Amino acid sequence: MLNHLLIDPLRDQNVRHSLVAVMALALSAGPVGVFLMLRRMSLVGDAMSHAILPGVAIAFLAGGLSVISMTLGGLVAGVIVALFSGVISRVTELQEDASLAVFLLVSLALGIVIVTINGIDIEHLMEFLFGETKAKMSAGKLLVIAVNTTVSLVGLALIYRPLVLECVDPHFLRSVSTAGGAAHLAFLALLVLNLISGFHALGTLLGVGIMIIPAAISRFWARDISKLIALSAVSALVAGVAGVLISFHAQVPAGPAVTLAAGILYLASVVFGPVGGVAWQVFPGRHLEA
Amino acid sequence: MGPRLEFRNLTLGYDRHPAVHHLNGAVEEGALLAVIGPNGAGKSTLFKGIVGAIKPLAGSIELGGVNSHEIAYLPQVIDIDRNFPITVYDMVAMGLWRCAGAFGSVNGNIHKEIDGAIAVVGLTGFEQRPIGSLSGGQMQRMLFARLLLQDARIIVLDEPFNAVDSKTVEDLLALIRRWHGESRTVLAALHDIELVRTNFPQTLLLAREPVAWGETAAVLKPANLLKARQMCEAFDEEAQECVDTRAA
Repeated sequence: MLNHLLIDPLRDQNVRHSLVAVMALALSAGPVGVFLMLRRMSLVGDAMSHAILPGVAIAFLAGGLSVISMTLGGLVAGVIVALFSGVISRVTELQEDASLAVFLLVSLALGIVIVTINGIDIEHLMEFLFGETKAKMSAGKLLVIAVNTTVSLVGLALIYRPLVLECVDPHFLRSVSTAGGAAHLAFLALLVLNLISGFHALGTLLGVGIMIIPAAISRFWARDISKLIALSAVSALVAGVAGVLISFHAQVPAGPAVTLAAGILYLASVVFGPVGGVAWQVFPGRHLEA
Repeated sequence: MGPRLEFRNLTLGYDRHPAVHHLNGAVEEGALLAVIGPNGAGKSTLFKGIVGAIKPLAGSIELGGVNSHEIAYLPQVIDIDRNFPITVYDMVAMGLWRCAGAFGSVNGNIHKEIDGAIAVVGLTGFEQRPIGSLSGGQMQRMLFARLLLQDARIIVLDEPFNAVDSKTVEDLLALIRRWHGESRTVLAALHDIELVRTNFPQTLLLAREPVAWGETAAVLKPANLLKARQMCEAFDEEAQECVDTRAA
């Protein structure tokens, strides 16, 4: 039974690729997600993930199913949307989240129109939106994801201090340094990289799930930022591996499978997590002496 | 010679309306200056101008060779995310930004410095607490510890004693006197006249226009205070362009 569940899938090389890809993705998406959450940008990440669809779609039309061209297409679209919404919220009265919501809707619509007008078959469209069924990751995508993870982790380490300070006390950072703006832009770039990885592994609609949900999970288990980052990466890893196996056995797309696995971990954390979990509020124990 | 703050016909404000109007004068190095005045008198605006957060509408501020990033500034409205998962220790350590920056290491000696600053403000034992668990007064003590580590020649405090108990005020005042003793320049916006009278040798009474500036006892005369209180708070939407050119 266990053999069938856990070992059999590994006989397939594509499944092995999928597992490694999702593990690599988890290692960087988890930590990036923590900063998204702490900056109250979780929904911004969601919006951005849809914003890369038109870029990917145009690249698909131009270059077919080439991993490199779709990656570049997504990258360009993501950076354009990130910059535009940032600029619009700074020069107009519109808040950044509102302008991003506009971009999200328009980009998603534009992406779908581009791919359907040009007669994409339904199977590929599903793959774009939800990731591949049966875990058939190609070596090319795996390489892109591995590179993105490496760049993200090194980049995050480099901007860690200003990024934390920019989150917790932006006025203070501005009073001692001008690094805040650069750190914010660098962080947005890392976000786009991870969204591209998420797109390759899990599709554009749900690829961001492995970034946002593990961060929310970690909040129920730790109060310290370095622990949050580690826990987020670990829960992304668990949800990712479980999701790929579910996807293989149940023949469902990887995106929903991984996101559902993360959702189950999240529900368990809401109930049992020691930091503000429901069980601890219902049975808090007697109060302490001091 | 250390830094000398100088205001030259300085006008600061918002949407062309002046909040500080035609301010002239200098703050010598090592001065301990209280800035008082009614609400809306321009105290916070003046401080924001000094640290470079807003640009003058007219005139200028000379910092005497100091970069505005080298001024330690405690704003009135603290924009700290209290839910952020960071400890008191790490928060205080950020005062070392100027010497450690984004990448510098924090080694043994620096750890001692941080512990020292936390001890001075009486927060020993709170190091590993998340900042969200602090009371208002403890929060202010933590921010003073961070200011201490900034080791700045000019320190600007915008209403540092708001909603803080008297014991904390005493402790923080001691810290301010220590800075004064180290001939750092300290400017503090305050409301408590008695506290100013007993602790601050010099006072600037501001009511958009400077009303009086000099020795505290001379500035805090009833006539001056009355004049300051008569300032009209609201901007005049129909105001004409200012053609005042005194001291220009």
